[in-house]
Amino acid sequence: MAARKDSSGSREPSAALVRRTSPDVGRGTQSPNSWALGDGQQVPWEYAPAPESRDVVQLKSRYGLFIGGKEVAPRSGQWFTTVDPSTEEPLAEIARATVEDVDQAVSSARRAFKRDWGSLRGSERAKYLFRIARILQERSREFAVLETLDGGKPIKESRDVDVPLAAAHFWYYAGWADKLEYAFPNRDPQPLGVAAQVIPWNFPLLMLAWKIAPALAAGNTVVLKPASSTPLSALFFADVCRQADLPPGVVNIITGPGEIGLALVKHPDVDKVAFTGSTSVGKEIGRAIAGTDKALTLELGGKAANIVFDDAPIDQAIEGVVNGIFFNQGEVCCAGSRLFVQESIADSFVERLKDRLSTLRVGDPLDKNTDVGAINNAAQLAKIEELVEAGIAEGADIYQPACELPARGWFFRPTLFTNVAQSSRIAQEEIFGPVLSVLTFRTPAEALEKANNTAYGLSAGVWTEKGSRILDMVSKLRAGVVWANTFNRFDPTSPFGGYKESGFGREGGLHGLLAYLDLGGGH
Amino acid sequence: MATVPEARRSTRRVRETSLDVPTSNRNPANDEAQLTRIPVRKTYKLYVGGQFPRSESGRSYIVRAADGTPLANAVRSSRKDVRDAVRTARGAVAGWSGKTAMNRGQVLYRVAELMEGRRAQFIEEVASAEGLSPADATAQVDRAIDRWVWYAGWADKISQVLGTVNPVAAPYFNFSIPEPTGVVGVVAPESSSLLGLVSRVAPVVVSGNAAVVLASESRPLPAVTLGEVLATSDVPAGVINILTGLRKELVPTLAAHMDVNAIDTWGVPRDMRAQIETSAIDNVKRVARPPRGVDDRYDWLDDRRAQRPEWIAAYLEIKTVWHPIGM
Repeated sequence: MAARKDSSGSREPSAALVRRTSPDVGRGTQSPNSWALGDGQQVPWEYAPAPESRDVVQLKSRYGLFIGGKEVAPRSGQWFTTVDPSTEEPLAEIARATVEDVDQAVSSARRAFKRDWGSLRGSERAKYLFRIARILQERSREFAVLETLDGGKPIKESRDVDVPLAAAHFWYYAGWADKLEYAFPNRDPQPLGVAAQVIPWNFPLLMLAWKIAPALAAGNTVVLKPASSTPLSALFFADVCRQADLPPGVVNIITGPGEIGLALVKHPDVDKVAFTGSTSVGKEIGRAIAGTDKALTLELGGKAANIVFDDAPIDQAIEGVVNGIFFNQGEVCCAGSRLFVQESIADSFVERLKDRLSTLRVGDPLDKNTDVGAINNAAQLAKIEELVEAGIAEGADIYQPACELPARGWFFRPTLFTNVAQSSRIAQEEIFGPVLSVLTFRTPAEALEKANNTAYGLSAGVWTEKGSRILDMVSKLRAGVVWANTFNRFDPTSPFGGYKESGFGREGGLHGLLAYLDLGGGH
Repeated sequence: MATVPEARRSTRRVRETSLDVPTSNRNPANDEAQLTRIPVRKTYKLYVGGQFPRSESGRSYIVRAADGTPLANAVRSSRKDVRDAVRTARGAVAGWSGKTAMNRGQVLYRVAELMEGRRAQFIEEVASAEGLSPADATAQVDRAIDRWVWYAGWADKISQVLGTVNPVAAPYFNFSIPEPTGVVGVVAPESSSLLGLVSRVAPVVVSGNAAVVLASESRPLPAVTLGEVLATSDVPAGVINILTGLRKELVPTLAAHMDVNAIDTWGVPRDMRAQIETSAIDNVKRVARPPRGVDDRYDWLDDRRAQRPEWIAAYLEIKTVWHPIGM
């Protein structure tokens, strides 16, 4: 641990360093708040614990599937456990759906599309969506705590970002439901039918909202499968649908492993497939439905470049870069995982970045002071560790602040790599963790060349006070979302989605409606 | 192969006769020469990078008229030709998408201007390729010309229709604009040799994409002639590349190519669609499919259905930009 306190970043990297702290290593040698600054100093204050109460969430021991407006047991009779990633303690048992359950859910969605929902006027659909938005606002504390319990993200993020944005998405799309002909003038927009939606574990409730709100506004019915490590907020959302008196079958939720998601998207009575997740699974889904008439939108991985010019507002840029990669533990498809700093300021910028990393509070996600929570699941932690070790093996220099990690649960230190080659795995592959690779550039052209040198194209960041340079960079970066002098901002009115292998189709805004409508010209 | 010259001579004869000057004005000394003049035939080649190469493979196939008469030898492109065309198209993207929208609009309009000048030739070729009456062929060609004009006008308007300024709930200026996706493979409709092809290619290129087009396999000749128009109408070299050949040989290579951003599968035979879409997902290509239930009888003359801003949008990426306000 002594070496760990000397966090100058120049020490010899070792594989042991990047391992998650095992319970018997480093415990008790320093107090939980003895954060070391990048220059070896320590933060001269302590944080009192500020835990959010979990009493607001009443968990049942078991959750069935939500089909046709009812909670039903899985045909398999099998259940799996969802755990709190910050403690590895079980939270509840979740139904493992079978192919028959999938069939039942799709039939239920089809019936609802043919009867209640399909024949409902847009103005009435809108009112259901407004109701859902209101109920999410009313139950916001409960959903925030639940999201943090099941997913490991800091409570301040689920409270201030995930839940309010999810409610806002329903609110925004509610208003579109009876105005579709104004969104696409001179067209006769029609719903596609039954939408199969598969979502990831990094923003479980928010991704649900991104999927369900536009689908319902456009007049479709849905079968949604949440990730198997974060099913709870979707199952609580089923209760929101009941409270809103949403007609049975309009929203169906099935839970289970990836193969159930695949069975869902392949179901012959599904008209539309929407997937958010990794590029490799997205391709698998694309292959599974190739040659069918199903419409498809994919929101896949990313390897965003965050480009800092020498005339950038440095304090804001430091905050933006930190938020860009450590927001939600870096488990964000649009995370700014590649930092490009102009060479003339690289040394000082990296030093300031290290200082800032040292003040990040890593630990109990339910603590309102926590900046970086738990990694969502053990497999993801293993993947982060593997890639970090690859970075070291490929010759990059690693820096991690000397923060203490909790004894239990899946945690990983905020990590920064310098001296990273373009070809390195940590500069090319999506890590989906709190790991930042720092590279440098001299000219705007070089920055663009390097930033665009990736198969992904989801997001990018530009930091400079020069307006014309911003607009030039913005127009040449091959990415679907470009944040200039900010990063990781989201809004229901703002379309989000990727170029290249980051997927196609947009979620959010007017463009997000298009993914769920047939305008007659093919799709 | 020996039958080709026979057939060609017969179609040419009809035209030469109709062009004859009245008999009374003829100088008998010239009559002999007039009747025995051997027409100069056109070699139908590819159009790639602004030039007219043959296939690197040296292969060709016989193209027949709708009634079965051989019309000409067309180039039977190879997979290598497809890859060469993709490389050429990639090289043209930056220049073409970097032009102003108004400039691209003028270039598309220029295509219409030059097609108008070769209208008679297109009518004859479409008539023989598709077995249409002169009146029906005329309708096809006229509409093809008009379609360039329609899309030309979209060049500097599509951003205003598809772009948005988004009222985000925080102090940020937020807008979304369309950008071309890059290189687009177009498998042109099989039956509509000219109008179908123009209807699918114009929306691809108007926004700044470059296209690699596989012409109709059985009716490729009007497409080759279109290439000759493109070569002289200010369309920069490489922006539109036209290949002829066999679908089963070429489409898989186009669909699997990792430097193609999107593919229009209108002309992909139904039984190949699953295979093509499976390849296309390898680099997450945007796949533009025809509407459900479309077949060879699709009415390309129907402006309301067959010319659409959505077909421009199919090859556009929406980029969203954020910037703080007052911070």
